[in-house]
Amino acid sequence: MPEARAHVEREPASERDLVLRLRRGEEQAFERLVREQGGRLLAVARRFLRDEEEARDAVQEGFLSAYRSIDNFEQGSRLSTWLHRIVINACLMRLRSRRRRPEDSIEDLLPQFQADGHQVGHPTPDWEGSAETLLARGETRAIVRGAIDRLPDSYRNVLLLRDIEELSTEEAARSLGITANAVKVRLHRARQALRGLLEPHFRRAVSV
Amino acid sequence: MDERPYITCRELIEFLHLYLDGELPPDRVAEFDRHLAVCESCVNYIKTYQESIALGRAACRDWDAPAGDEVPEELVSAVLSARRRES
Repeated sequence: MPEARAHVEREPASERDLVLRLRRGEEQAFERLVREQGGRLLAVARRFLRDEEEARDAVQEGFLSAYRSIDNFEQGSRLSTWLHRIVINACLMRLRSRRRRPEDSIEDLLPQFQADGHQVGHPTPDWEGSAETLLARGETRAIVRGAIDRLPDSYRNVLLLRDIEELSTEEAARSLGITANAVKVRLHRARQALRGLLEPHFRRAVSV
Repeated sequence: MDERPYITCRELIEFLHLYLDGELPPDRVAEFDRHLAVCESCVNYIKTYQESIALGRAACRDWDAPAGDEVPEELVSAVLSARRRES
């Protein structure tokens, strides 16, 4: 229902007021913005950077960048979405400027095939339960986060942008400076690798 | 009797994202469906591929945020001070 969605996403009057106050440079308005949005943005930055100090620095940079460019904020869009994109870009800049280590290949984490086109280890087993059932187990979240952290950065970043932060393919492509098609291929490979890393933990034991 | 060869598991898995995103032409979709009708392994692959996406989303939702969306007071102070320095 696109109409209902448009209604939900419409900018509330309180937000219009907040933007006006931010444009006037009111410190209280800025503090309110930091208190309302800071925790959520910090969680985003922690996911990307995996370093508390760097995550806090990226959030601070994001808020300052928003403060400087509040005049560019388009009325009608949401402040939370705008800030989310700014902080993600601050995180990606930091990741780019980190000393580059040679990235591990993702090939070992992808399905392997025999000459006849069948998967090595064929057939693929089903898992012990749905995502919902598996999440009821205490250790599942840690296993999944550990698996995401094992992905090479260029794949992990695409997975975070698309599946977790829910950016569109085009937005992710712009943030990463790659084509939309490259985002699609990289995301597919990242998801395949994640599936492969999770399989040993969740596959149903084959009865003999 | 349809004697056309089936696409391989490799082809199906390699282009799975296009199939799931509805980006394949109808004749290719029909080839994928025909393969899936006889290959339990690929059916399981697709199912667990989608479960992996769902698990990733759920596991990251509260990542490193034991106190929910609360923002640390030191961070609020640091951001406000940095802003004052800019003004």
